[in-house]
Amino acid sequence: MSEKTDITLTINGCAHAIKVEPRRTLADAIREDCGQTGTHIGCEHGICGACTVIVDGEPVRSCLMFAVQAAGKPIRTVEGLATGDALHAIQQAFMDHHGLQCGFCTPGFLMLAVGVLEREPDISDEELLDVLSSNLCRCTGYQNIIKAVRAAAKEMRGK
Amino acid sequence: MSEHGTKGSKGDRMTWVGRAIRRLEDPALVTGQGRFTADLPATHWVRFVRSSVAAGRIAKIDAPKDAMVVTAADLKGIKKITPMLHKFNYKPVGQPILADRQVRFVGEPIAAVVGLSEAAAEDIAELVEVSIEETTPVIDARAALASGAPQVHAEAPGNVILEGRFKTPDFDAVWNGAHRIVTLEARSHRQNATPMEARAGHAAYDSSTGRVTLTCTTQMPHLMRTAIADVLAFPETDLRVIAPDVGGGFGQKMSLCAEYVVLVWLARKLKSVVAWTEDRRENLIAGFHARDQYITLEGAFDQNAKLIALKADIAANIGAYSCYPTTCGVEPLMAMAEMPGPYDVRQYQCLARGVITNTCTMAPYRGVSRPVITFTLERLMDKAASAFSIDPIDIRRRNLIDKFPYTSAMGLVYDEATYKRTLEMAVEAIDVPAFRARQQQARSKGRYLGIGFATFSERTGYGSPAFAARGMEITPGWETVILTVDPSGFVEARIGSSPHGQGLRTTLAQIIADEIGVTPDVIKVVHGDTDRSPYGWGTFASRSLVISGGATLIAAQKVRAKLIKIASHMLEAAAGDIVLEDGQAKVAGTDRAITIAKMAREAYHQSHRFKGEIEPGLTETGSYDPPGTFSNACHVAIVELDVETGRVTVEKFLVAEDAGKIINPMIADGQVHGGIAQGIGNALLEEIIYDESGGILTANLADYMPPTAHEIPPIELHHIETPSTNSITKAKGLGEGGCIGAPAAVVNAINDALAPFGVVIDEIPATPQRVRAALRNAEEVAKKTA
Repeated sequence: MSEKTDITLTINGCAHAIKVEPRRTLADAIREDCGQTGTHIGCEHGICGACTVIVDGEPVRSCLMFAVQAAGKPIRTVEGLATGDALHAIQQAFMDHHGLQCGFCTPGFLMLAVGVLEREPDISDEELLDVLSSNLCRCTGYQNIIKAVRAAAKEMRGK
Repeated sequence: MSEHGTKGSKGDRMTWVGRAIRRLEDPALVTGQGRFTADLPATHWVRFVRSSVAAGRIAKIDAPKDAMVVTAADLKGIKKITPMLHKFNYKPVGQPILADRQVRFVGEPIAAVVGLSEAAAEDIAELVEVSIEETTPVIDARAALASGAPQVHAEAPGNVILEGRFKTPDFDAVWNGAHRIVTLEARSHRQNATPMEARAGHAAYDSSTGRVTLTCTTQMPHLMRTAIADVLAFPETDLRVIAPDVGGGFGQKMSLCAEYVVLVWLARKLKSVVAWTEDRRENLIAGFHARDQYITLEGAFDQNAKLIALKADIAANIGAYSCYPTTCGVEPLMAMAEMPGPYDVRQYQCLARGVITNTCTMAPYRGVSRPVITFTLERLMDKAASAFSIDPIDIRRRNLIDKFPYTSAMGLVYDEATYKRTLEMAVEAIDVPAFRARQQQARSKGRYLGIGFATFSERTGYGSPAFAARGMEITPGWETVILTVDPSGFVEARIGSSPHGQGLRTTLAQIIADEIGVTPDVIKVVHGDTDRSPYGWGTFASRSLVISGGATLIAAQKVRAKLIKIASHMLEAAAGDIVLEDGQAKVAGTDRAITIAKMAREAYHQSHRFKGEIEPGLTETGSYDPPGTFSNACHVAIVELDVETGRVTVEKFLVAEDAGKIINPMIADGQVHGGIAQGIGNALLEEIIYDESGGILTANLADYMPPTAHEIPPIELHHIETPSTNSITKAKGLGEGGCIGAPAAVVNAINDALAPFGVVIDEIPATPQRVRAALRNAEEVAKKTA
């Protein structure tokens, strides 16, 4: 159980050579072995989505994936969204539309939304609601999250 | 500063208060730079071994050799957590930090296992074997009240830990003369506040000072410090408590967790850094529960459907122990005090009991008792309307309070509110006739729509007298704010309150900005650190904006007065001619001005210039302990009910709300949205289910279901702003209102949809199973009568 494997996680373009047990989740590896604590852990059973990151272009629950499964694949987390001081459209939209309160679920929602909008820039409102229903937020009541993601989608299409 | 939405103004002067400026909290949180407790590294990690049975005696604890396992035997001499009430026949029961010989609920911590990593601690915990001789548990409040029920604590015979009784002198005469009595048996099942961040603690020993810094996800850092120092009997000054970014609380993070006491004890013993992060299962079974009540409510009405007397019997299942600091009285006593809600009723009788059971301890959860009593009272009003064959809106018109100040039968003084106006506003906005037409049409096609109303009062921002009235030994009422303009001209407000998502850093900055003429972005609001902020209580009970906001205004007014004095000296002008704006003091009507930064530097470094008229430095303190104020709202839900599956879909939700002066409309609306989402979840989905043996069947988020974006409809908000005379900022609190009104509106709407079937549901949550059960009953009754 405790035998460790050498792997390299590439997070936001930066390579992290780490040693992990095979049972180590990607979420724990990102947070503890790579020190990127912006990704949060809310349930560890794949329901809440707070730990959502983008692996190989797809949003995934990092609590349901082992770190070894992500070795060598490009991983994107909330820390990689902004370019320098320039916020990503989704970050700006969440601030503009009050899409966050305590901020704990926010990184998961941001990565979920970015992953989906990059894949389907013209996603319909109905499909977007389906997608956003895969993560939990306990503070906002979701209306402002939906508004923020729609606004970001528009902004991202315009670019 | 960026802003959007409406602009605030005072006369012809633009103000920051009243504007929907973006939150100062957000940039860190959207970039992954928030700092939550579990983000901190540690040397030692703790895993708790918890009871798998609801009641029994611990026979033996076997741990692997060399493993570090702490049990009650190691904690000898450490006090139990024993909160106190001096009224209502309260029986103090102590909660041991780790279960001591007896276990009283599934999830109770028995042992703390220490490992060099979180995974190592979990592995060791798996190997700890606890043998428990099981005894018969008692799970349900009514079962616990029955004669011969097992006793949970010897100190509380009959399992009643608290008993509040109240009766107005003329109650019997009025009751006996009533035209009609309407009775309701209401049941609210058990729920969990479910903040997205579960509990977490991190205790770091500093060998140079001998101090421990406990970083934990709490709503009340100062009180955690006092409580832990009390229990462990060491000087409070040797403990620093930090509430960093806190991922939601909703009341669950107010109470003292035994787990945090263990962490501090371990950090001191090991002289190390010790951490624990709760997993979701632990949170759902042991992270405090709420809402579990039976209420029998009877209303006596005169021939005009005017409520003339109200009789309530409240049995609150408070779990295995009494939560600290509020005690288990928090639910039943608030229910007793506020049961009559927004209605004028002069005669009132109430019995409110707190009942001990072998279940997880109850603690406050958003709304505290009022989601339950509002649901109960609003069901009663709908039932009465039906008995009198009048419209539910009409019976509310006949009974809502409309003269202020109003003193309730129990002596609560309601300040000015708009119960009737918000009802009328909601009725007009929702267009009832159009809905009724649509409902008729839908029924003819086998679709069942319903509309439900809930009017309520939300007591907010109450100071220490309100808690003293309950006989509480700890009266968390006032707040203090220390406001400093530093020698460089930057502004820092250190506050005793401890926000965790409410945007208080932004709203307090707006209040300060208007007083001293700077922009909110140069103001830093510091909270959640007992070394940095003055003693205070925290964020709960819709209080922070009213109480901490009031203290902020007082401190800012003092700083303003001092700045004007300094400016008058430096600019050689009359104080009355000085205007503070744009970061400057200006002499009105001239071009003479001086920056606040320059004045601040002078106040510290050139204090001799003020000839003893002004104290050196630029720091002022404000404290505020208000009487409390009542927000109010009318909620309307439109639902569709699928009779085949019992599934309820909330199609639309509308709110007409009055929370006094609104400081930041964007943040205020966000609070209402979030509250309503929890209220809809509470009404339809969320239930902690115990089996007969006291095991929990809902220990993950697939079984305990907070709503997703799919379950929350668009929410339409309408505001009235009646400035409160009981709050110096004129603001009333609104953090809980959404959660208070929504269950009642939704369940009334379900009952409206069910009307053609002749069945009612007086239970929350109204899950598909319960809706189907009600419909099946109706079908069987129909068969029999046929």
